[in-house]
Formats: sequence, structure tokens, C-alpha cells
Amino acid sequence: MTSLAERLDRQLPTTTALVEVENLRVSFGDTEVVRGISFTARPGECLAIVGESGSGKSVTARTLVGLTGSNASVTADRLDLGGADLRHASERAWRRLRGRQVGFVLQDALVSLDQLRRVGDEVAEPLRLHGWGTRRSRPAKAIELLDAVGVPEPEVRARQRPYELSGGLRQRALIASAIALDPPLLIADEPTTALDVTVQAQVLDLLAAAKERGTSIILISHDLSVVARLADEVAVMREGEIVEYGAASQVLQEPRHEYTRMLLDAIPSEHTRGTRLTGSTARVRRPVDEGVPVLQARNLTKVFRGPDKVDRTVVDDVSFELFGGETLGIVGESGSGKTTLARMALAILRAEAGEVLLRGEPWTALTPGQRRPLRKQIGVVYQDPLSSFDPRWSVGRILTDALSTAAHPPSSQTEARQRAVRLLEQVGLGEHHLSAAPLRLSGGQRQRVAIARALAPEPSVIVCDEPASALDVSIQAQVLDLLTDLQDDLGVSYLFISHDLGVIHHMSDRILVMKDGRVVEHGSADDVFERPRHPYTRRLLTAVPRLRPA
Amino acid sequence: MSALTLPSTTRVRLPSAGTVLALVVVVLVLVAAIAPGLLIDRSPTAIDLKATLQPPSWQHPFGTDDAGRDLLTRVIYGARQSLGIGLGATGLAFLIAIALGFTAALIGGVVDAVITRVLEVAFAFPALLLALLVIAVRGPSLATEIIAVGIGSAPGYARMVRGQVLAVRQAGFVEAAAALGHPRFAVIRRHLFPNAMRPLVAVVTLGVGQSIVWASGLSFLGLGVPPPSSEWGALLDAGRLHITSSWWLEILPGLVIVLVALSVTALGRTLQNRLGGASR
Repeated sequence: MTSLAERLDRQLPTTTALVEVENLRVSFGDTEVVRGISFTARPGECLAIVGESGSGKSVTARTLVGLTGSNASVTADRLDLGGADLRHASERAWRRLRGRQVGFVLQDALVSLDQLRRVGDEVAEPLRLHGWGTRRSRPAKAIELLDAVGVPEPEVRARQRPYELSGGLRQRALIASAIALDPPLLIADEPTTALDVTVQAQVLDLLAAAKERGTSIILISHDLSVVARLADEVAVMREGEIVEYGAASQVLQEPRHEYTRMLLDAIPSEHTRGTRLTGSTARVRRPVDEGVPVLQARNLTKVFRGPDKVDRTVVDDVSFELFGGETLGIVGESGSGKTTLARMALAILRAEAGEVLLRGEPWTALTPGQRRPLRKQIGVVYQDPLSSFDPRWSVGRILTDALSTAAHPPSSQTEARQRAVRLLEQVGLGEHHLSAAPLRLSGGQRQRVAIARALAPEPSVIVCDEPASALDVSIQAQVLDLLTDLQDDLGVSYLFISHDLGVIHHMSDRILVMKDGRVVEHGSADDVFERPRHPYTRRLLTAVPRLRPA
Repeated sequence: MSALTLPSTTRVRLPSAGTVLALVVVVLVLVAAIAPGLLIDRSPTAIDLKATLQPPSWQHPFGTDDAGRDLLTRVIYGARQSLGIGLGATGLAFLIAIALGFTAALIGGVVDAVITRVLEVAFAFPALLLALLVIAVRGPSLATEIIAVGIGSAPGYARMVRGQVLAVRQAGFVEAAAALGHPRFAVIRRHLFPNAMRPLVAVVTLGVGQSIVWASGLSFLGLGVPPPSSEWGALLDAGRLHITSSWWLEILPGLVIVLVALSVTALGRTLQNRLGGASR
């Protein structure tokens, strides 16, 4: 058997398919997580494996580099890479393969890169392992690679350590080390999930360039719109099986399987505005109350002093109004100050200048003691619900505790219980969840409990800070639907924060676009998305991966 | 969405043989401390001048001392004082630690800086030296020994408490409770205190074992409970004179101290691992 490298060296014809997998099964103990899937990947093309958490997509990617771990049992009728049978490859054979023939890019570059080593050494590592060049020549090659993936000032960056680099630069360095030996196959497992949308666009362009050069790419992602940008073929996985497999245009435009259709429908975007994401029925909106704004911010400014003793203005002169029954979306990339703005609106963080009015009355200007009885009017839902629950408390205790802060707190234990159950039913859970510990609930259920807690004191405003960003797209759709349903029923207003332009467009009546602590654009959702005035907004909008060409 | 709650399958981890042995030892010591009469029907002070300095035998498993008193009986009756000192000293240490740790972490600023610096200075002294200082001021007695060991070990715990409070104060659920409009004190009492103290439960157990050893050390130096007490350290002190001729007076009580301290520590570690696993 000849190795792929030898075949390439001797200009032997490679088979049209670089990777051929038939009937792949992976199990951990008694649980089969990959259940007999088959796929092929060709040079110069991108195969995307798409699925929600637990679908087995990452495990599939790992079998192709022999990294499933010792407690996994892998069987396949065929597991070929460049004509070499990998079904019984030894650990040594895998090691020869990794880096040289398969490059592997993981989601979180901060974890995948050694914090204590310089970026240049890290990029040069596969070169050293596979005996490329000499001690002298490798650093130059590392700089060349960093330059090739678009890292500015590669000589400087190569001497820095991973934690000194931004997320986007780290991800690019990781890609540089994966393509160092120009492997014919590149596997990217959620390569852009942790990145801002403009950085994501750059990373996707980088992968597209590798594809142009003839690299075969297997892209693992939960995000169908990211996939649309790069993939030639798409395999949709669910519970260890491929439910739909075909050309990207067909799968994304004319899906045949109902699961694929459901996934596509669940993606919030400009097309889903005014409808529910599950079931696609139209919303029945209450009219927005244009009287006194329920929440009004005037010239809010927040300055943080960094460890280098330099003051940085995180929120700079931001004003907004939020009316009854309305959703005000705040969108921006990481570090734009949107969460800081939310914390000031909640009066958890004190503003350096400016003030917030709640229903036209002073709010941030009050003392904490004066503010406390008014807190029931403003609720909050965080991105990570689990950390916002006391780990010792059951769902029932969390809700009865929140009910005790209402304007009319329950007068007896029985009443508290009844009202807690009613809250759970409002958010689509039931009485049997009362005794559950949040730790044992699923991500979507936890966020429902968090929403129920926010509703308990019957607030007129709820601040939602990335409430669905950590959830799978189908669960995100349910949570967003729940929020819009509650707004249509109760007339509650949302200050809705997200980095996801699709989610913001779907949810918001009006939008603030933030960059570096400033509001760069402010207007109705239609104005901001259809007629963006600020160049940054335009840049954001072009960077958004789209399922269909706009 | 499936409205199913995941079944609460708390994985039952069987304790190891070492843990079981440690548990047996600790239970025996507790019985000895509460009702020594259940374990042995002799008196710890019964003098038998015909049988002085007898080596271990069936009749006297631990041998006898220079007054013919049965050593095993004295060890069993000494458990109450030794364990009492261990528990008392650790309890006192934690009270001091909680007071200082919470004050420093919650008030912050200058108060925090002063408390932290004082703790660092105290921490720089060996705990035994701090204990000696207390005894030098008050003179040896049971109460002094508890206070001495308690004060000696407090600085280390205080630093731990402060760190825990600072960490838990940043937790999302503390902010969530404040955002609901609960008063600051209620948030401290209901969320901050229990969650900050949770990981320290195991440290308390570890502390008891250590306090027993320190108390024995002080008694051995003649700074602990005065005779005729049969506190374990005092037994060691008494046996010192006969160590060349009657080894059992020194070795056997010493082994008991080691075994008890080891068992309490082992239990503490097990507890620590389990609690650590449960808190996510």
C-alpha cells in the first residue's frame, strides 16, 4: 500500500475521491453515536457536515484523524484517505498522517494553542514533527504562513503568545498551523463559531482560498448559513445518521427531508420577521404604546480603568428610548459595549455620566434602597441561564423566590406554588419541573426557567442579553418564539441584545448598532437593514453569511 | 420540546476500602469520646502497682504505664479531650476565618487591604509559633490549648474564605438576585454565604485531623492539658521518660494519633471530591 504522500510525489493518479467512508459506526460503551454513515470528499471541494449538538458530527470528524479516544469503538466498511485504508491504522500511522495529510482546525483556538508557547513556534510545530526544513528555516516559514492567512505584522505576532492575540487572529494562527504542510485534507470543526461576524467572513474567505488551491475541506458546523458560503456538498446529521446528503444548492434551497426544512425555517432572518419560527404562523402584535417610554437612557457613559491604568470608554454617550410593547435591538460585535449598556440600564453598574429613566421616573439617579422596590418593573434574562441560578436551588424555589418580589407577593405557600406552576406553563414547562434542579434540565428548558423567573414580578421591561446565543438553532427558534408570544400576550417590552444580525432583524422593531461603545446607527429595523447609512453597518451586513443571495 | 425532566440519576460511587477503614476508625473514636465505657470496662486512673510497665499482653493490649494503669484504657478515655480540642480549635479557627474573610471581601478597599496584610503576616509565622504565643500569655490549660490551636490555624482559613466570597460574589446568580430587588443582606445570607462555605466543609474535616496533631504536639512539649489527664499528647509526654525501656508507652499512643489524623484527613478528602463533583 502506498501512502498518499508517495502517490502525490510520484504523480500517481489519485482517485477522484480523497476521502471515502462507508457505513461508519462509532460507539462509546453501549451508546452508538455515529450509526452507519457514508460520505466522500473530493479535492478542491468542501463537504459540510451539519447538525445540532449531539448529532455525532464532531465525532465523525475526529475518526478521520484517529482522535476518537481509547474508549470509542470505530467500525466501517470503508475508511480510505487518498487510497490508504485507515481502518486498522496504528497510533504511529495516525501521527504520521496528522498535519501532513490531514490538517485539523478546532473551534476554540485559545484552548487548542499552547498558552505558554510563542505563536510562531506553535505554527512551526507540525513542520518540526514531520521533519520539514531546519531549525533555522522553520521560523521564517512560520512567518510566511502567518502572512498567508492574513495575520498583520506576522514577525511581531510570531513572537507573541496566544492570549495576547484576538480571537480572530488566534483562529487564523491555528489555520496556519493546520495548512503548514499543505495537507490535501483540511478538517474544520466549527472554525468560526466563537468569532464576530466580520472576522468570521475573513476566516471563511481563508478556507475558500485553500479550497481554490485544491485542498479538500470537511467543514463541521451547526450553522447552515456559514455552510452556504463554502460548501459544495452538504450532509445533514441527526442522532448519528445522515438524513439528507446532496449538493449544497439542492439541500439548502430545496431540502427534501423535513428535518432539514425545519432547521432552515428555524433560522431567524429578515424573511422571518413578524412570524413565528416554529410553524411559521404570523404574530398577532399588540400596538406599541407611544406614550411615555418605559425605559429611557440619556447620554450614558461608562469608563473602565484597565490594568495598564489607562481609562477606556466602554460606553460613550449612548441614548435610547424603549416604548411599551416594543423590542429595541442592540447589535454589535464583541467589545462594542452592549452588555455594559444593559448592565447600566439594569442599574447593576453605575454610569459615569448620563442617566436612565424607568417609566419616565428617575431610576439610576436613585439610591439602591429607593431602587429596590422598583426593581420588579425590570427583569433580566442572561445568555447562560445555568450560572444565573443558585446551584443549590430547585426550579420551584427559584420561582417562588422571584414571586416574593412581585407587587402582590403570594400570601401562602399554596398560592406561591400555584403561581409558580402557572409561570412554568406560560413558558411551556409543567408542574413536574418544580422539583427539578436546573443542572439536570436541557439548555432550552433552563432558558425557559430563566424567562419564567424574569416574568414572575410582572415587569414591564425585560433586558435580554444574548438569550438564545448558546442554544441549537431549533431550540433558539423555540425560545425566540416564546419571547415574541409573551410580548404579544402581555405587552412586555424587550431591550434585546445580540451579536447575531439575523436574530436582531427577526426580533426588533428598532435597532441600535454599536461599535467601540458608540451608537453608529439608530433607526427602524427596515431602515437599518435596507438602507444602512453608516459604513460599519454596511460592512456588518455584507459579512453576514446568507442562505440565499440577497 | 420534550417536557421530560432528566431522571435524577446521581451516580452512586462506592467508597474505597480505605474510606471504609477511615470511617470505622472515626466512628470508634467518636464512641470513645462520647461513651468510653462502651468500649472498655476499666478505669483510666486505676493504679495497679503490682503490674507497672508491663509490655503489651492479652490482658493489657497496649501494656501498662509506670503506675500500672492500662494504656489502652487511657488512650480510649483520652479521645474525648483530644477530639474535643480538634473540633473546638477548628470551630474557633473557622469562626475567626469567616468573620475576617467576609469582612475583608464584602467591605473591600482599605479594610480588605489591612485584613489581608495582617493575615499575610500571621500566615508567615508557623501556626505552632502563634499557638505558643497564646499559651505563653495564658498559661497551659484545656481552654488555652483550644484557643491557641484555633488562633494558630485561623489565618490560612481566613484567606480561603475571602477568596471564596470574592469568587461567589461574581457569580451570575448573585447578580440575578440583586436584579430581582432582594436586599443586599438577604443576598448574602441566602446565596453568598452557603455557596461560599460549601467547598470549605471538606476543609473543616481536614482541619480537625491537623488540630489533633498540633494539640498533641503542644501537650508533648508540656504546654497542653496538665496531668493526670490522658489526652494523647500528654500520654506521649509521660512516656518520654521510659522510651528506652518501655517502647509501647510512646509508640502505641503515637500510632493512634497518626491513625486518627490519617482517617479524618482521608474522610475529608473523600468529602472534598464528592462535594467538588456535585457543585458542577
